[in-house]
Amino acid sequence: MKKTGAEILIECLIKEGVDTIFGYPGGAVLPIYDALFKAPIKHILVRHEQGGVHAADGYARASGKVGVCLVTSGPGATNTVTGIATAYMDSIPLVILTGQVPTAMIGNDAFQEADIVGITRPCTKHNYLVRDINDLSTIIKEAFYIASTGKPGPVLIDLPKDVMAASTIFKYPEKVHIRGYQPTYEGHIGQVKKASDALMAAKRPILFIGGGIILSSAYKELLELSEFTHTPVTTTLMGLGGFPSDHPLSLGMCGMHGTFSSNMALTNTDLIIGIGARFDDRVTGKVDEFATGAKIVHIDIDPTSISKNIPAHIPIVGDAKDVLKKLIGLLKKEKKNWKKDNQEWLNQVEEWKVTHPLSYKQGKNIIKPQYVIEQIHEVTKGEAIITTEVGQNQMWTAQYYKFKRPRTLLTSGGLGTMGYGFPAAIGAQVAFPDKIVFDIAGDGSIQMNIQELATAVQYRLPVKVAILNNSFLGMVRQWQELFYNKRYSYSCMECQPDFVKLAEAYGAVGLRVENPDDVKKALKEAIEIPKPVLIDFIVDREENVYPMVPAGKPISEMLLV
Amino acid sequence: MRHTISVLVENKFGVLSRIAGLFSGRGFNIESLSVAESLDPNVSRMTIVTRGDDRVIEQVTKQLNKLVDVIKVIDHTEEKFVGRELALIKINAEPQLREEILRIAEIFRGKVVDVSSKTYTVEVTGDEEKVEAFIEMLKPLGIKEIARTGKIAMSRG
Ligand SMILES: Cc1ncc(C[n+]2csc(CCOP(=O)(O)OP(=O)(O)O)c2C)c(N)n1
Repeated sequence: MKKTGAEILIECLIKEGVDTIFGYPGGAVLPIYDALFKAPIKHILVRHEQGGVHAADGYARASGKVGVCLVTSGPGATNTVTGIATAYMDSIPLVILTGQVPTAMIGNDAFQEADIVGITRPCTKHNYLVRDINDLSTIIKEAFYIASTGKPGPVLIDLPKDVMAASTIFKYPEKVHIRGYQPTYEGHIGQVKKASDALMAAKRPILFIGGGIILSSAYKELLELSEFTHTPVTTTLMGLGGFPSDHPLSLGMCGMHGTFSSNMALTNTDLIIGIGARFDDRVTGKVDEFATGAKIVHIDIDPTSISKNIPAHIPIVGDAKDVLKKLIGLLKKEKKNWKKDNQEWLNQVEEWKVTHPLSYKQGKNIIKPQYVIEQIHEVTKGEAIITTEVGQNQMWTAQYYKFKRPRTLLTSGGLGTMGYGFPAAIGAQVAFPDKIVFDIAGDGSIQMNIQELATAVQYRLPVKVAILNNSFLGMVRQWQELFYNKRYSYSCMECQPDFVKLAEAYGAVGLRVENPDDVKKALKEAIEIPKPVLIDFIVDREENVYPMVPAGKPISEMLLV
Repeated sequence: MRHTISVLVENKFGVLSRIAGLFSGRGFNIESLSVAESLDPNVSRMTIVTRGDDRVIEQVTKQLNKLVDVIKVIDHTEEKFVGRELALIKINAEPQLREEILRIAEIFRGKVVDVSSKTYTVEVTGDEEKVEAFIEMLKPLGIKEIARTGKIAMSRG
């Protein structure tokens, strides 16, 4: 039986296990929306396509499944670009379906035409323009395969209107084979042996983990490796949740706003085992002075990540889970008293932890933003899914919410996209209707995708937003205070909406908290309300995030409170 | 250092722009690039001449390999290979110069492929040094126009 392109698309999505898509209709995708009308797929109508991609991204990060977003041609497609770039930088599996003008009109500057394949080439893992309906099912199959395997990432499929309206006999490809795409999962055992030898010989080893631990579900293996060898663990922003923060071997986050102990340990270590982390500049600080005395083992599924920023002595291409299993296997055959041999190093690390913990002082009158986050941690028992915006709110969340589990922190690490957190929270809530989902926001960032309040209300998604309202673009102001002599050039938001009324206008609930004593009560109240709640916490306006490594300095040179 | 890299790619729409975009987006340079169908009509062969230290070249080859449409990447620099390019040179051919042009062309095994009352067009193939040397020899006679292909390359044996 013949099916239309749109019907084939929907059928393929169902076969890929897609049960939810985030989308926004328009002329070029009308045939697809028509096919969707009766399909057993939930469609969440967002209020802006950027929100749609971030929501699909939040859904993917929280659940581990591929997130799907559907938008129209031209402006619908271009509105997705920031969302796609955000997912690309953090290696999040997404399939973005964009409408396109009919094939005969492509290239003619037709109404609502944009070369979205050209525009997104550098920020997708791969992308396609479907020119022939007979290629459609193969392309969809390939897109999901590419998005979710190897180092995951967003894949875009551009769908001309005439291809969606045409019809053909539907054949579903059961298998994919792409000769130019064969990710390496298995770590080379010879290289793993070298890593094992290096760890045996090291006196001051450290495990340095990134988002790859979470993407490869290597959480248990990492815990076992760390505990078996008594090796401390530091994480990047993306790695948070990959190792329990309350574990004695956890040093917390490293880098620009990392803990003193993490940055000192990375500076003084003789062996870094980097796993699923790309050693980016927010982590390394001044590259020439990064871990100068250390041997570097770098485990990553993406060969281009290895030795890109910091040369690796022992590169291992492979899936973190596979490599860690092999490494643990080899180490268990060896005789070594790990605890005794690492004790001196662990004592040193502990001393850094104890002498320089993260700290702030909550007084009687003004709410400290860090306090709000600690209270969110407490009332949610560390079990919530937390999303963040970008700025101080993001860094304090990374520092003060003690993440225990993978996929509980959803944050735009690589691109640093303000406006990510709220739609991502919506996506996470769609994936987990019964979990508590909090977006920890700044008053600037929340306004970048505030329109999604309507989406949350429409679909009865009880997401909570905690605005740390300092009436500043806080992180910008912090840099201006520290490095530009307090010239607060255009970083003060002089006109802000009344967030409580705004929430109410959308049909959500708004709360305002100005007193430290009321923080906990308000949070508990918000959690009890089965609706989206926006809480406007009026916080200390000029609080700074510390420690801070000034840009371009080695990470041992931290500004402390 | 200069590297000659062969890249086998899917013969698909947009592949050239993926490769060019990779080089421009990451600040790698392309000295020359030539592309055409290979033995298998579904596969195109590109020869790229690029320059960079070991770290840059390592990134170039890894990044190329990472593209879904790239099937194989061969860096010829570490091995023996044959590299050739072709040049068309249009030159002033006043009657008194014609003899000289033909003689130089013969030494380089060049061929006159087009003749007009005022110009000769000569074709020469060879490695880069040879093509350069040929052009140098012709320069004093008055070159009007040059078209050169990028290098194409193949491993020996
Ligand atoms: C889309 C986007 N535009 C600009 C920036 C630059 N930027 C980084 S942090 C920041 C300030 C964020 O202010 P706010 O959301 O109020 O958070 P705070 O730092 O006060 O917690 C800005 C403007 C960005 N990261 N993303």
